Amino acid sequence: MNQPITDKFWYEVNFADLEKRLNGQSHSPLHKIRREAMQHFTRMGFPSIRKEEWRFTDVSSLNNTGFKPATVAPVKVTEPLFKPFFLNDPQHSRLVFLNGQYIPELSATRSPSGVYISGLADALQKMPELVQRYITRYANYIDREFTALNTAFLHDGAFIYVPDNVILKEPIHLLYLTSAAGNTLVSHPRNLVVTGANSAVTVLESYAGADADKYLTNPVTEVIAGENAVVEHYKIQQESLQAYHIAALFVHQQRSSTVNLHSYSFGGAIVRNDVINVLAGEGCGSNLNGLYLAGGSRLVDNHTLIDHARPHCSSRQVYHGILDGNARAVFSGKIHVRPEAQKTDAIQSNKNLLLSDSAMVDTKPQLEIFADDVRCTHGGTVGQIDENGVFYLRSRGINEKLAKEMMIHAFAGEILRTIRNEEIHNRIDSMVLARLENGHIKY
Amino acid sequence: MLTIKNLHASVEGKEILKGLDLQVQAGEIHAIMGPNGSGKSTLAQVLAGRKEYEVTKGSVEYNGKDLLELSPEDRAREGVFLAFQYPVEIPGVNTSYFLRTALNEKREYEGKKPVSAMEFLKLIRDRMKLVQMDESFLKRAVNEGFSGGEKKRNEILQMAVLEPQLAVLDETDSGLDIDALKIVAQGVNSLKNEKNAVILVTHYQRLLDYIVPDYVHVLYKGKIVKSGDKNLALELEKQGYDWLKEDVPYESVKE
Repeated sequence: MNQPITDKFWYEVNFADLEKRLNGQSHSPLHKIRREAMQHFTRMGFPSIRKEEWRFTDVSSLNNTGFKPATVAPVKVTEPLFKPFFLNDPQHSRLVFLNGQYIPELSATRSPSGVYISGLADALQKMPELVQRYITRYANYIDREFTALNTAFLHDGAFIYVPDNVILKEPIHLLYLTSAAGNTLVSHPRNLVVTGANSAVTVLESYAGADADKYLTNPVTEVIAGENAVVEHYKIQQESLQAYHIAALFVHQQRSSTVNLHSYSFGGAIVRNDVINVLAGEGCGSNLNGLYLAGGSRLVDNHTLIDHARPHCSSRQVYHGILDGNARAVFSGKIHVRPEAQKTDAIQSNKNLLLSDSAMVDTKPQLEIFADDVRCTHGGTVGQIDENGVFYLRSRGINEKLAKEMMIHAFAGEILRTIRNEEIHNRIDSMVLARLENGHIKY
Repeated sequence: MLTIKNLHASVEGKEILKGLDLQVQAGEIHAIMGPNGSGKSTLAQVLAGRKEYEVTKGSVEYNGKDLLELSPEDRAREGVFLAFQYPVEIPGVNTSYFLRTALNEKREYEGKKPVSAMEFLKLIRDRMKLVQMDESFLKRAVNEGFSGGEKKRNEILQMAVLEPQLAVLDETDSGLDIDALKIVAQGVNSLKNEKNAVILVTHYQRLLDYIVPDYVHVLYKGKIVKSGDKNLALELEKQGYDWLKEDVPYESVKE
């Protein structure tokens, strides 16, 4: 074959392999969607920087990295590898994944009757109708390249189903660890969270990997918030510093639901977090809180799209970034207000703290407003540590490095204070502190 | 305690202090008065070690040490305290954590053990009474959303916690109503003893009704042009600053 072996082509070969391994399931409705998604990915390929949504984030290197599907890597399960990431809360549920595959031995779930918390592959076997009723419904794989790829290889991940009137107080932790051992693995975790009316749930997604490993994690999460439901969603990304992490979170809200999304990005070489939040019923509330830290020559890109589809909804986005070295960040926040979405109240703010002269930020707020009785505000700032503040602290005897760290920590703290779960708060706070050194980001 | 000799200082290339001399002994209160732009605040900032203020000539000796050689934090640890004219807001850093960190940094410098959370709470409660501050301030971010009076009281609270040897109060009276002024003055007076000293930098005589100085100096165009006792302040209050200009040597008036 004379055609150059690109990874796009390689994914097609892999997809054929996957089909063979499906063993008779290749006629399921879900597999039709996989095929369709693969066709879309084949058509699109990886996005180039000519595409507006990817203008600042060059993923062309994905075309010739030669990633191997994580399923072919030997999976060695050792508890010590995972333990540091476990929450201490004895009541929480935990689903553990290594290289994208569910590890039941390390997982522990507590589900009251009617609640399902399980691996997605298991759920697809045990309750295919329930899962297929929701999966891929809101995750657009038609013109989103990575979501198409994830959908084509949709296999395992987490399934959480909370029926009407059930309040789950303890968090559900989805822990994705990649241990590539020299292999450039790719995994496509897929999470589906479905909540019924008047229910409440807290989900924590965390992604981590060994620091020297190069791999691609391409997760897609779909959250469906039922009427009057309250969903607290946390994501902590602390991938290997060589890793690609390209993630999409699709949130679909029904009437009067409240969704609080918290995104913390600490690791990765190239990181992209897409949030697509549709406020599809009247009176919805959505809060997005994001913090990203990057040093070295890492890139972290946050794209949010808040789609105000119905009246009387409010959305509030606050993202803070702390950048050092040659790091680069992108924040693109789009607020779309449809004609019928009167009385929309949307606020967006993105503040960036640069700790070096060569760190860079592209912040791009976009308001698309088609209703006339709305309040939408946005603001973006890029600045250095407030020297007056540092001097004030020093004039009280606090050394310069600590003074700077206090200022940086405080800047991060403005985002952290929205975390309701104390243990998650303390975990994230110590992750921030662990990355500060001498008034800089340690990498 | 403090000996300033022939101090020249510039900011952004413009000379503000032009040969200032001042001596302060333990137990004394000095007031430095003068019209706007005379260099009062520059003196305060130079003593605290702000790097934007460049000392071009002269010396500042503090307890036998060259103060100008010390970093701002070391000056603070050695017992120099500046109450800011415009205290800085620091969002996200709570007042209690800030004060305890500052106190422990100073204690570490002195070779003492850090104070525990309990000890600190006891101390801070006691000191807050001095300036009539509510405990709820401890949980708030440093100066964030504080009124002008609250910010100034917070400065005196910090002084009460750190117990400096030399306190420089930079226009601590400005923007205060009479009740707040009395609280601030009472706080300063109760912290005053024979071992420490206070330099009051002020535009108005009003503060000196409540904190009575041993010496009053008039700063004009970067130099102390007249010194006296508290009666000098009263004289200034009556006559303003204009009458002084005639006493100033010609070359320093010309501009």
